[in-house]
Parts: sequence; C-alpha cells; structure tokens
Amino acid sequence: MLNIPIKDHFRETRIFNSRLLITGVGVAILCLLLLSRLVYLQLISHQHYATLSQANRVRPEPIPPVRGLILDRNGVVLAQNYPVYTLEIIPEQTDNLDQVLTRLKRLITLSPKDLKTFNKNLKRRPRFESILLRTHLSDKEAARVAIELPYLYGVQIKARLQRHYPLGALGVHATGYVARIGENDMKRIDTAAYRGTQHIGKLGVEQSYESLLFGKVGIENNEVNARGRRLRTIERIPAQAGKNIYLNIDAKLQSVAERALGNRRGAVVALDPITGAVLTFASTPTYNPNPFVNGIDNKSFKALLENPDKPLINRALNGQYAPGSTIKPFLGLAGLESGTIEPESTVLCKGAYSLPGDKHRFRDWKRGGHGEVALLQAIAQSCDVFFYRLAVRMGINKIESLLLPFGFGKKTGIDLYGESLGLLATPAWKQARGEKWYPGETVMAGIGQGLVLTTPLQLASAVATLANGGVRMKPRLLSYLEDPSTHVLLDNVPTAISKKQVLNKEHLNLIIASMTEVVHGKLGTGRRISHNLNYRIAGKTGTSQVKSIAQTETYDRKNTPERLRDHALFIAFAPVEAPRIAVAVIVENGGHGSTTAAPIARQLMDSYLVSEDKS
Amino acid sequence: MATPLIRRLHIDKSLFVPLVLLSIISLLVLYSASGNNLDSSIAQFFRLVVGFGIMFTVAQIRPETLYRWTPYIFGIGLTLLVIVLIMGVTGKGAQRWISLGIVNFQPSEIMKLGAPMMVAWFFSQRPLPPQLKQVAIAAAIILIPTALVAKQPDLGTALMIFSAGGFVLFLAGMGWRLIMTLVALAAASAPLVWTYYMHDYQRQRVLTLFDPGSDPLGTGYHTLQSMIAVGSGGVYGKGWLNGSQAHLNFLPESSTDFIFAVFAEEFGFLGILLIFTLYLFIVVRGIIIATYAQDTFTRLLAGSLTLTFFFYFFVNIGMVTGVLPVVGVPLPLISYGGSSLVTLMAAFGMLMSIHTHRRITQS
Repeated sequence: MLNIPIKDHFRETRIFNSRLLITGVGVAILCLLLLSRLVYLQLISHQHYATLSQANRVRPEPIPPVRGLILDRNGVVLAQNYPVYTLEIIPEQTDNLDQVLTRLKRLITLSPKDLKTFNKNLKRRPRFESILLRTHLSDKEAARVAIELPYLYGVQIKARLQRHYPLGALGVHATGYVARIGENDMKRIDTAAYRGTQHIGKLGVEQSYESLLFGKVGIENNEVNARGRRLRTIERIPAQAGKNIYLNIDAKLQSVAERALGNRRGAVVALDPITGAVLTFASTPTYNPNPFVNGIDNKSFKALLENPDKPLINRALNGQYAPGSTIKPFLGLAGLESGTIEPESTVLCKGAYSLPGDKHRFRDWKRGGHGEVALLQAIAQSCDVFFYRLAVRMGINKIESLLLPFGFGKKTGIDLYGESLGLLATPAWKQARGEKWYPGETVMAGIGQGLVLTTPLQLASAVATLANGGVRMKPRLLSYLEDPSTHVLLDNVPTAISKKQVLNKEHLNLIIASMTEVVHGKLGTGRRISHNLNYRIAGKTGTSQVKSIAQTETYDRKNTPERLRDHALFIAFAPVEAPRIAVAVIVENGGHGSTTAAPIARQLMDSYLVSEDKS
Repeated sequence: MATPLIRRLHIDKSLFVPLVLLSIISLLVLYSASGNNLDSSIAQFFRLVVGFGIMFTVAQIRPETLYRWTPYIFGIGLTLLVIVLIMGVTGKGAQRWISLGIVNFQPSEIMKLGAPMMVAWFFSQRPLPPQLKQVAIAAAIILIPTALVAKQPDLGTALMIFSAGGFVLFLAGMGWRLIMTLVALAAASAPLVWTYYMHDYQRQRVLTLFDPGSDPLGTGYHTLQSMIAVGSGGVYGKGWLNGSQAHLNFLPESSTDFIFAVFAEEFGFLGILLIFTLYLFIVVRGIIIATYAQDTFTRLLAGSLTLTFFFYFFVNIGMVTGVLPVVGVPLPLISYGGSSLVTLMAAFGMLMSIHTHRRITQS
C-alpha cells in the first residue's frame, strides 16, 4: 500500500509495541492516582466533606461593579449607565400567580415571548427566587405598576444599569461600545472577575480601556438554608466602580467634523500637535452603537454589513489611502535635509516628466506646466514635475528613511486596538514578496501615489509633527482618569514617540511658509478657504487616484462613476505662528482636495480656534 | 446474523457499547446538573445523534483513503487557521469561527485530528525510529498549528493539538535521550513561562491548587465546592437529582467542566467505578486496535487518538478532584457542548475504520 524506502518492520513493530506498553503503564498509574484521590475524598474524608456540604450555608454572590463613564474633554457624557426598569416576581409570595399576571397584563404589555420565558423559569427555579417577567419598562409603565404594587404581592420593580450612548452615532469610532460577553471573550478574560457582569467593551475606548472602565467585582456572602433560601447577608465586600475616563475628544468639534462630512464617506482626525491629544476622530458614515449593547438583531446588523458605504469600518484608524500630494511637504523637507536640493533650486515644469531613456510621460495635473518653480512654489501650486524629479534624484530608499520619522508606514500607537499600518514600500519590501521594483514606482512615490498608503490618523500625526518642530507625539484619546468615589484625577502625561528629529530650522520654516502659501498665496491650491480668515493656516491639498488613467486618456470627473472618482485630501495646522490644532481630512471619491476636503478642515479650525477665543 | 451486519457497517462493538452507555449517563447527569431542565438534555441528545452519525460515516472511510486525504486535511486546516488569523487581525478581536452560511465551525477542531494524522503520515514514509532531523520536521508539523491556535487565543485546544501530535512522536519511537532533554528543557523554562508568559489569573489558578481558600469567587471556590461535592457523595452517592451542591448552585459550571462533580455527588464511589470502567474499557480497546493495526500510519494514529482521549479524561477529573489546576477542559462525551463532540466522534469513527477494514487491508 505504501511506498516505503527502507523500513525494518519487525523493529518498528517491536518499538511501537514497547512504547504502547509504556503508555499503558502510564495510563494505569494515572488512573490509580485519580482513583486514590477519589478514595481519599469519597471514602476516607467522606465525613468531613459531608459535614461541609451540610454546613454549606454560605453562598457567595457577585456584585457587579458600576462601569466608568466616558466623557469628552469638557465633561460631555459619551457613555453612561442608565437604569432600566425590570419587573420581577417572587412566586411564593404571590397569593394567586394567575390573578397577578392577568392584573399585570392590563397595566403593561406582556408579549407571548415574555410569558413563555417566565413560565419556563417558573418551572425550573426555586419558588423563593425572583423571576424576571419583563425588562425595559417605560417610565409610564413602571409608574402604573408602582401604583398598584400594594395589591400585587410578590411583584417587584427593580432598576438595573445599562450602558447607553446618549449622543448615539456621534464619535462611535472613537468611543466604541460594549456588548454581551461572547464565547471568544470568555477564553481571554478571567471569568471569575466578570461574574455577575454581562457586558464587555468590544470596540474603541470601551475596548482599549476595558480594565480601567470595568472596576472590580464585589462579593456578598449570603447565608442560605438547607433548601437554598437566602436568610441573611453575612458579609459584603462592595464592588469597586470603574474609573471615569475623560477623553481629549471635543464632542462639539467631533460633531462639526461629522456634519461637515455629511453623508459622504470619509474621515477627519484632529490632533493637538504639542500634546498629541486627539481632538476629533471622525469616520463617516457612522452608526448608532446603542442597539449593539444587548445584541443587535440580525436584520439590522446585516443591513449595516451590506451597506455599500461600509459604516462599520473605522476609516480614521483602518482606512488606507494614497496620500497624494499631501506627501509633498514631507518630501520637500526630506530633499532639503538630505541636501538633494537647495531652497532656491528650480525646476522647469513643462507639464510632464519622463525618465531618461523612457517614453512614458508622467503628467503634471496642470497641462502646460507651472513654468520655472522652486520648492516654495512647487508646494504652494502642487507642481508634480518638481516632485517627480526630486523623488528620482533622492531614490526610494532615502525617501523611506527620511519619511519614517514622520510616521509613514508605522503605527502611531494611539490608544485603540487594531490600528492599520499604512505602507511605505521599498525595493526590499517588494523583493520580499518576490516582485521587482520599477523605476516608475519611485516617480509615483514623489506624488504620494503607488505603493504609499496612509491612514487619516497617520496623516494627522505627520502634519502635527511638522507643526511641533519635528517631535512626533503619541496620539492619545485618553485625557485623564477620575476615580468616581474619591474624585482623584489621574493625569495622562503626553509622550513623544520618537526622539526629537534634528531638523534644520530654516528648512522647516521654508516648508511651513510654502504650506502657508498653499492657503494664503495667490496661486495656492487651497486659496479658496482663505476667505475671511483671521488667523493663518498652513495646509496642503491632495488628490489621490482611485482609477489609473491611460496615457492617452484624460480624467473626466463628471463621466467617471462615483466610486472611481479621486479621493480628496487636505492636511493642515493652525495658527501657523503657534500651532494648536493639526488636521487631516479625507473624503472618499470627493474629487479635488481643495474643493471638498479643505473647507471641512477650515470649519473645524474655525470652530476650535475662533469660537474658543471668544468664550 | 448480527455480526455480518455490524461488520458490514464497520462498527466496532467493543467501542460502540461503552460509548452508548456513556452517552446515556451524560443525558441523565445533564438533566440533574441543569436543574431538572429537559432542554439541555434534549439539545445534547441531538448533538449525540449528530456525533454518532459522523462516527458511522467516518467508519466507512477506508484507512487508505484517510491516508491519502491526510495532507489535504492538514493543508486545508492550516489554510483555514491562517485565514482565521488574518480575519481576526483585520476584523479585530479573536475570530475563531469560520462561517459557512448555515454552519459555523472552528478550524482548530480539524487540527485536533489533522495534526496527529499528518505526523503519522510523515512517519509512515520514513524508517523508524525517527532520527533527529525527522523529529524536527514532525515537531514543526505539530508546533505550527499549535502556535496558530494558541495565538487565537485558545490555549486549551492548542494543548490538545500539541499532545495529540506529541503522542505520535512518542509512539513512533523518538529517542529517550531526546525526550529527557526536552523534558529537562521544559522544566528549566517553567520559571520563565511563569514570570513572563502567564496572566495573573492563570498564576492564580495554579496557586489556588495549594490554597483553595484564597480566591473565594474564582477558581479556588470552584475547586473547593467541587471537592465538597465529590467527597460528600460517599460510597453510594446522594441519589440522582439529590445532589445539594449542584442543585443549590454551589457548584459552578455544573453542566460543562464540572459535570463529573455532579455525577460523583449523586452516584458516589460506585458510580465512579462504573464510569472509570467504561472509560478504561474504551482506552484499552483503543490500545488493542492500535496493536492490531497493520501499518505505521494506522497504528500511530490509533494510538495517538486513544491516548488523547485518555488525556482529556485525566485532565478533567484531575481538575474536578483538585489535583490539577482549573484549565477548562470538558469531560469527553459527558460534558454539555457540541463542537468538540463532533471531533471526538470522528476520532472514534477512525478507530473503528482502522479496525474493521483490517483484513481487507492485509491483502
């Protein structure tokens, strides 16, 4: 049957049988071990354990801790616990259970399902235990029952705490939600610590700060009689409530961002460049987390899953987009720092660039080109040819090593789970996948296309790093913790991710000046948003291609299906003189960065800088 | 007349009868453990029906076919594990289940059988006892799926895959010197694992073994209550449906991991002797099947499947009686639960197939 090289069957059988014999002996020894343990427990110590069993009158019951609140930086509540009224009946205390039920049916609605579960539990559980009849009584229903309570012996209205997100869909991609503890969670968590608790943080801050929000379970040692009836409480170790978490998020700003994005797909991330505080973390479309708390019904969940706009995807954290021209300031700085170009070096842009000895024409977005441009104009007007040339002259490996300190292709380390990596590909990266690096890919990297991908969070962090003089701060949602009983505040100290980059101050200032020119210059690509601006913004527009356009074609926005249209991007910080906010905006298939993405950033900055100043 | 029919159905009576008896015991104990609730017994009954159906089906597959399928089963299992891992990364949170429309299943279950099959397959083509190089390859076959499953993270199943593969290595005649070296290495690295790789609560579980009173709500309480249940059962037990430990809710997880305590409390030492007899009968029968098996693949596989079955039994009862830490391994055949039951019954199907196709294989 088998094609065996050289096998000594006798020897093999002998070895196998002897090994089997050894395991047989092992099995016997282990069985004897178990049996002797059982003899010890059941025969020798039987009296001891029988007494313990008889005296087993103390039943510990868990007291679930109250979950910490989540609030925004101004104390606006994002996640809270609100009492839900439940109706419970202790069967043995009722005079006539059927009468009680008919009476209750006149007061509140009882679905057949409620009654069915009730009847099932009635048969199964001891008659002295309270059995749940209905949950989520409205205030009116609770009041109606409460009035009649004197005539309804054995009926109880209880309040249980349930997680609720009062702002609904707002900021769901940052806050996340809790849901029922699933089988998967059970393997991960210490089930003893979660006794009496049905919920656990599944996403967002609810998930990443689970251990702080959760608190510590308490124990109530109850004395029970021989039939299990609770007689009295002997000891009570109260539960420790979870910590309240104050986020850096500004709910008002978050809502400005989400409204500005409207029903488009996109993301807005705003950071405080000095501290790394995450002021806004928006991804649209959003969804309401409240139905998830007690298990969303299949139909609604399927609708969310199958929604072509994919609301469940956290675009700010996991959306990976080509940065397009927003990469240019970083590339320009890299060119200066590496000495590849001088601040005054100019390039004649005729509207296209070709690699030596190659016919392929890498086109500039502006037909006919920008003429003679230096770095300042190249960034302000977003000249492609300048950066094609720069990229080729620097080479992809140098580009990668100089962009890394800005966090391209690296996780920012934000306090959320599942952050996407982005991508900053090198020939070595491609080689590891068995592919070859083409010179054209270096050219495309010059305008942030091809094998460069960033998340909105990474982009925001990169522009914040520019604003912060090269120091990259770790983005932080958590601002501080509050112990709900003692109100002691535990601060979260901002931390830098990487060592301070030694950047030439003149180079940095030139880049910032050119980004300021983007918004405030006469030819700046973002000049539309400078209208009525009483502070100064440094920004950069970007357009990231979704569909590749053939050499002979031209991109025609109106006749391109919406999903194939370009993504619009804008990165910015303000005020230029003393940066307080850094923003990255991405609108999927939004067309051009200057028309779609930049106004959103402006709205956000106005709201943060202008209205704050007034107050 | 019965013998030819049974032979034609490829059923091994000596395995079948104790399996059926244990299933009946399972239904009885479950009814009691779930507080006289018929629902869980009914659910378990249907799971058992499915399990036995799978056992019958697998028993019809000839060992040669199993042998030919082995690399594919292993390959598919490995691919699915990797998919699950990737999905788990992008979908966030551990995703151990793959949805096949109506049925959800856990790829790690495939590996409980796939890993020992693959190692047996590998050794069947090499002269035995294995040389160091072959042991290393076999170790890779075992450790890759083990690591993938452990990363999910599902340490219980990872342990089972690891031990199933390890048994094949041992039975194949891996050298004693090598075994001793590995045992010594494992012992030496234990303190490292203790300090760096174990969670606090896992350390707690081991510590409570020595001091059950230290953790009133957690595993110490579990073990203590379980020991009280077993000990108070005495020789004759308190009688079916009369176990106070389980019925008054002192005993946690009484339908799943601690079901043996319910049984011990209600049926006493005599009941335990019966259960031990049945389990040992199955194990001995498995060992016999392994000695009668006629080629390397089938005997290594039969031996490993049998020992894995015993391993489950030992770990569960050790845990319930307080000699092993609480690791969350169910009692095979008796505990409430579905996904691992299917794998278990498929394994018995393989044992039956190995034994009943024997004479034909010889030709």
